[in-house]
Formats: sequence, C-alpha cells, structure tokens
Amino acid sequence: MSSLNEPRTIVIKPSTGWTALNLKDLWNYRELIYFFTWRDLKVRYKQTVLGASWAILQPVLTMVVFSIFFGGLAKVPSDGVPYPIFSYTALLPWTLFSKALQDASRSLVSSANIISKVYFPRLILPLSSTLAGLVDFAIAFVVLLLMMVFYGIHPTSNLWLLLPLILLALLTAIGVSLWLSALNVMYRDVGHMLPFLTQFWMYITPIAYSSSIVPEEWRFVYALNPLTGVVEGFRWALLGSGEGPGITLLISSCISILITITGLFYFRRMERKFADLV
Amino acid sequence: MSRTAIRVEQLGKKYNIGLPVVKYPTLRDKISEGFKRHEKAEDSFIWALKDVSFEVNEGQVLGVIGRNGAGKSTLLKILSRVTEPTEGSVEIRGRVGSLLEVGTGFHPELTGRENIFLNGAILGMQREEIQNKFDEIVSFAEVEKFIDTPVKRYSSGMYLRLAFAVAAHLEPEILVVDEVLAVGDAEFQKKCLGKMSDVAQQGRTVLFVSHNMSAILRLTQETLVIDHGKLLMRGPTTEAVDFYLSAGLTQEGQKIWQEEEIDTAAKPFRPVAIRVLDKQGHVAETVRSTEPCTIEIEYKLEKSIKGLRVGIYLLTTRGEFIFTSFDTDDIKQYENNTIRKAGHYISRCEIPPDLLNEGRYVIGMNASTYLIKRFFQDDQALIFNVDPAGAPGMQWVETRLGPIRPALKWRIENYESGDLQHGTK
Repeated sequence: MSSLNEPRTIVIKPSTGWTALNLKDLWNYRELIYFFTWRDLKVRYKQTVLGASWAILQPVLTMVVFSIFFGGLAKVPSDGVPYPIFSYTALLPWTLFSKALQDASRSLVSSANIISKVYFPRLILPLSSTLAGLVDFAIAFVVLLLMMVFYGIHPTSNLWLLLPLILLALLTAIGVSLWLSALNVMYRDVGHMLPFLTQFWMYITPIAYSSSIVPEEWRFVYALNPLTGVVEGFRWALLGSGEGPGITLLISSCISILITITGLFYFRRMERKFADLV
Repeated sequence: MSRTAIRVEQLGKKYNIGLPVVKYPTLRDKISEGFKRHEKAEDSFIWALKDVSFEVNEGQVLGVIGRNGAGKSTLLKILSRVTEPTEGSVEIRGRVGSLLEVGTGFHPELTGRENIFLNGAILGMQREEIQNKFDEIVSFAEVEKFIDTPVKRYSSGMYLRLAFAVAAHLEPEILVVDEVLAVGDAEFQKKCLGKMSDVAQQGRTVLFVSHNMSAILRLTQETLVIDHGKLLMRGPTTEAVDFYLSAGLTQEGQKIWQEEEIDTAAKPFRPVAIRVLDKQGHVAETVRSTEPCTIEIEYKLEKSIKGLRVGIYLLTTRGEFIFTSFDTDDIKQYENNTIRKAGHYISRCEIPPDLLNEGRYVIGMNASTYLIKRFFQDDQALIFNVDPAGAPGMQWVETRLGPIRPALKWRIENYESGDLQHGTK
C-alpha cells in the first residue's frame, strides 16, 4: 500500500428518512464532474455535419421565426429595442436553461448502466449535464455581440449582472432537474412531460414579448417564475431596456433557492433507491 | 497484521418483485391511489440477502461462490455502495474498487485515450493517478496503435482488454471482482488471473466472485458459499468448492429444467431433463464403477435445427475436465442426423464400466451447432457418485489417485523361468 495515511473506514447502513447532503463526498469526487461535463461536450456534436454551429442555429432560428411572426406580423411591442435583438437576448438564457433542464432531468436514466455498477455521488450527473450547456451558451453569446454591433447598441455598465443571472438560470435548472431526474428514475412519465413542460414554461417567460404587457397587479405572480427575473435582467443589463433588478429578481432568486434546497434533499432521499429502480 | 478489512453484520437486502406494476408505477397510479402507503403482501418481496455475517482480514483473498441469483452480486453491490442494504451493516477500512462489470461508462464515440481517463474517474481515480499509470494501462491492454481511435471501432477483444486494464490498475485497498475473467480470449484471461494474484500478493484485500471453479481454487484460500441469500458455509476453498458442487445441485440423479430457468435465447432448443441411469435403467444418484451406466438428455425442438449436437462434459468436482462427448461424434450418426426435425427427443450415451474412479462427478450439458450457435449450456447440470465396490484394486483400502480407474490388463513375468518376452526386441 502506497498511501501513508490511514485508510478511511466507511460504514454502510440502511439510511432512514432524510439524509444529510454529504457535500464532502461530492467534493472528493469533484474531478468526476469535470470528466462528465467534458464527455458531454466531446460527444455532443460527434458525427454531425454542422457540429458546434448547432449551438448558434437553435436560438438564431427561433429568433428569426419570432421576429417574423411576433415582431413583424403581430407587432408585439419590444420596449423600443429592435425586435430581433430583443428576443435573442431573452433566448440566450432561455436556451441555456431549457437545455440544462432537459439534459439534467434525463441524466440519471440515461446513465442507468453506470448507476447500477459503480458508486459515486449521484448528484454529479445532473450537475455536470447542467454545466455542459455553458459552452453552447458562450458560443451563442458571440452572435449576440455581433448583433449588438450591427444594431449599434452599447452594453450598459451593468454588464456584470449577467454573471449572477447566468448562475440563477443554472441554479433554477439544477433545482428543478433534481426533482425531475429523481422522479424520472421511478416514473418515466417525467420523460414525456419534459417537452411539454419546457414549452409551457417558455410561454410564461417574457421571451417573445415584454413583461411590461403584464398587468401591474399580476406582476407578483408573474415573478414567481424564476426565469422572469433572469430574462428581464438580461435585457436590462445588455440593452438597457425595461426595469432594473428589483423585487422581481428577489422573488425569482428566493423561489429558485427554495426549489434547489428542497430538490437536494429529495434527491438525497431517493438516491439510495436509484440503483435498484433505474 | 491481520486487522479486519471488511466486517459484515446481519446484512439483508429486500427486493420488490411480484405485482407487475411495482417496478415502474406511473404517476397516475400513484395519484389514483391517493399516495396512500399500503402494506404490500409479504410474498411480493424477495430477500436477495438475509442475515449474512462475515469478516475479511486485510490482505486476504476471499472467494464467493453460489448459483445465479444466490445473492452474490447483491452482496458485491452493497459492498461497493451501489445499493443500500435493507438491514444490517458493513464496515469497510479503505477505498473499495469494484469491478462489477468492466467497461462501465465507456463511451463509444470517445477514443481509447479519452475513455481511460473517463473510466478511471468513474472508478474513483484521480486524474494525476491515471496520468501516472497511463502507459502501463495502454501496454497491458495492448492497444498502443489504436489509442486515439474511437472505441466503437475497436474489436470486442480490444475493448474488453482496455476496459479490464483500466480497472486492474485502480489501486484500492479492497478490490471487489465479479466475473471479469469470463471475458476475453484464453491468453488474456491468463493475464487477468496473473494481475489478480499480483494484487493479492501486494497485500490488498480481494473479494472474488466467480463461476470459474479453477480460478477460485487457484486464487483464493478461503471461500464463502451463498445460496438463496444465505451464507451456507465458509471454509477452505477446496472444501467450499466441493460443498458447492455437491450441495443443492441435484438429488436423485436427475435434473429437470423449469421453464423459467431456460433462457429464451435457447430457442428453439428446450431442455427437459438430464438423468443418470444405472445398469437396470433406474435413475440413480450413485452408480457402480464396475457396471455400465447411462446418461440421458431429454429435450424438445420447437423447430428443426441443422447440424445440432447435444452432448455432455464430465468434470471432477474440482472443475477439471475428464472428457467431452457429443451425440453426433460418430461419423455415421453425424451423417444420419444432419437435420433434426422439431419434436421430442432423448439422446443417450453409455458410460462403459471400469472407467471412473470412486468419487463425485459433475456433468455439464451443451447443445450447439459447431461454430454457429450455442443454444443451451449448463456447466453443472448434474452430479453423481461412483461407488468403487468390486473395482480393480479394492483389496487395498486406499484412495486411488486420478479421476479414472480403468481395468487394465497386466501380465507378470518371471525372469528366471525363461518365459520372458520383451515388448522391444
């Protein structure tokens, strides 16, 4: 034995009820998060003709469709900003979120063969699927910068806000997918529900329209959707349109944190059954 | 030195079976039941493991044997923390590396190099550790030339070699191995066995599950026998293997296959029974070595098969082969039976008298078409005893070595009497 330090003693026992999060274990396996994320990135565009341009095509094509139908034909107001850039700015965090949500919610079931064979903190799977979306986001972001140059829009001095907003989008995705991925192990209904859920969620998020069309008295309810705060913040920080982060963002953050914490505990509680059920 | 590395106490694991919807209840079911907690009938559970207690000392290589579904894999899964026990506890000192199945997490699109890192990380290695062992892993797997090729282009042999190589270079204090030796060609199996005994000699604790009795005998001194989730015995490997092969296998010299035991892949071949018959034609658990006995295999064919051969292996209880024989070995039989039509058959073979020594023998059964398909195989279909009463040499009460006891013709010649005739002139 080469290691000088005394080997750790592990006790394996049936756990009952709510278990501790055991974040230390997660820390010990941090490299695996990196490896899984790296694998997802490596594999994502293998054997595709268009490769990484898919990361750009999805939001750009959606923007084109939105601009024609909502901006051009339906004349949806866009707070004085050209409609294409108005919708694209929202589509960026939205694509990051929805991709992370879909991948992470399916992460456990799609790694069933690993789960039933090797031990590692299962949290790593939804976490790393979420992170892999960041690269696509970065690529699509370059397009946004080009559009801003094209439309002659200078970013505001609040650009730094993007970072916490991205984190909030990811946190929301993680929180929701902790619930959904654990549920998916037992109820495959989740897999069928996901496309519908994301579509539904997109309609209640101010992507194709501005949140200013939502009546004042409904704003509070509207802010319960964490993505509202994220999208509004993106527009405000990049384009200077709409209102700055205020009560909406605060509510959004609280909701997101609440979902994530409850999701963590639920996930840990279900974790012990994953290998048997998946 | 001999500190305890693994202490298992009263370990039990209950699985849910039965009720068809239990495995994946849909949300609708749950909602319509109003999320009620309802008591399930006791028979919808199965204890895959029950009341298992044992200890393993540091540096010990312990074998685990048992039939399929005996609970071996469940035990290993609990030890490697893949699944939780329902009751009892396990205390483990040190890092556990498990080889429950090689190649876990290999991604077909990634290259050999990338998969080494990915798989290593999944098995719990640090990146630095993998980097240090990288060359060793590659040369052990003999895939130097293809290291930057996606593994989906690998031959299955290369794939398995690489997968085993990564796992074998993991250096945990405790290694849990399940059936990895069942893979690869003979050459590579030998290499794997070598690696395993290296691991054992480095003073690491190994728990080794296998169906390969000769591997178990070679690598372990002590072995656990598990059956129906219970620990039946723990003892020196030779005794445990003998116990395993003789206990619970068969009674009354016949084995009848239940429909659910037969893999659907065996179709259209359906084995019915295998029997040992004594000279009088009765099913017997013990036959006399001085009398001929018959082994009969009863089976059905749902469709006709071209080139089918049904045969037996005879083995000692230590897993050494004595002979292999098929019903169409004889060239005339072979030509008369090129196509065996659908129907109900019995293939019988007679074992001549004065062939087997006293002791216990295992019969394996195989139904296949040469180089095309193995329909069915049961390596331990049946066990029977040979009683040596009346056999040559029985005037001395001693154990004769070797699995066969032929009645050979001896001549004794006297030098002085002049009747000496040399075989060689």
